[in-house]
Amino acid sequence: MIINLNGQSKELTEPITVTELIEQLNLKGPLAVEINKMICPKASHHETQIKPGDTLEIVTIVGGG
Amino acid sequence: MIAEQNTFKLGPYEFSSRLFVGTGKYETFELMQQALEASGAEVVTVAVRRERLYDDQERNILDFIDRDRYTLLPNTAGCFNAEDAIRCARLGRELLEVEWVKLEVLADKQTLLPDPKGTLEATETLVKEGFTVLVYTNDDPVMAKHLEEAGATSVMPAAAPIGSGQGVLNPNNIRIILERANVPIIVDAGVGTASDVTVAMELGAEGVLLNTGIACAQDPVRMATAMKHAIEAGYLAYRSGRIPKKLYATASSPWEGTITSHAGS
Repeated sequence: MIINLNGQSKELTEPITVTELIEQLNLKGPLAVEINKMICPKASHHETQIKPGDTLEIVTIVGGG
Repeated sequence: MIAEQNTFKLGPYEFSSRLFVGTGKYETFELMQQALEASGAEVVTVAVRRERLYDDQERNILDFIDRDRYTLLPNTAGCFNAEDAIRCARLGRELLEVEWVKLEVLADKQTLLPDPKGTLEATETLVKEGFTVLVYTNDDPVMAKHLEEAGATSVMPAAAPIGSGQGVLNPNNIRIILERANVPIIVDAGVGTASDVTVAMELGAEGVLLNTGIACAQDPVRMATAMKHAIEAGYLAYRSGRIPKKLYATASSPWEGTITSHAGS
């Protein structure tokens, strides 16, 4: 399936949860996930299935003023 | 210098340092760490950005900020409409598990001036969602009042455009904002050097938030130290009852007993 991840399209093999995607991307730092403009809370990452056409944002913290 | 340890409240938090510093634009995380330490700040701002998924993982800034010591304040910098700023605030809350946000809704990239319409709209929504909103705004007393009425915990008028280093451009407006405010006013952005911070504090601001003035100084750690003293100096001076400005001189030494060669003077 194709999803939009951080503004770019990405092909994923179904089925896949948010936790599995984070592992696949090898993201180890602090992050937050938004799916279709709604927060996907940390506690739900493991049970949230990503669906075709979903728009995901995975964000972290950087320096800022 | 005598340090006065008067604390002040911002939403659920209580602080003694009135200097709030950003964490952007430092050459290294180590330099940032030293500057934070020298500034004496207790609140540091950070930004929310997309993970760089296809690069090597860089070190994360949070590994360089002791969260037992500093309270992190996520911002919505880079958002140009209310919707993006609201999403950004929610992401920051989810990431850092904090209930507050430094709200910025900007108009365009050249001026980085706040967009009043989007700023007010985002403030109203985020307040309803339970956020403690510290809102960046222009130095407009009318807008400041609107934001206060919308439920902002602190209104943060700009001294000058973000990163411009011009200092307090319109002290009269800041003074009017301060006179009429019922919430803490923190002067945010545009500060270039220590005296700018002191000017803001002498006007009666609750605190000053700055980033570039320290991070882009040639010696950020020394400038952070200067800013710390500047905050204290302005805070004390404002509460000391300064003398009125006069047109003519007033001698400090007594006239009586002055030696003189002119008889009768």
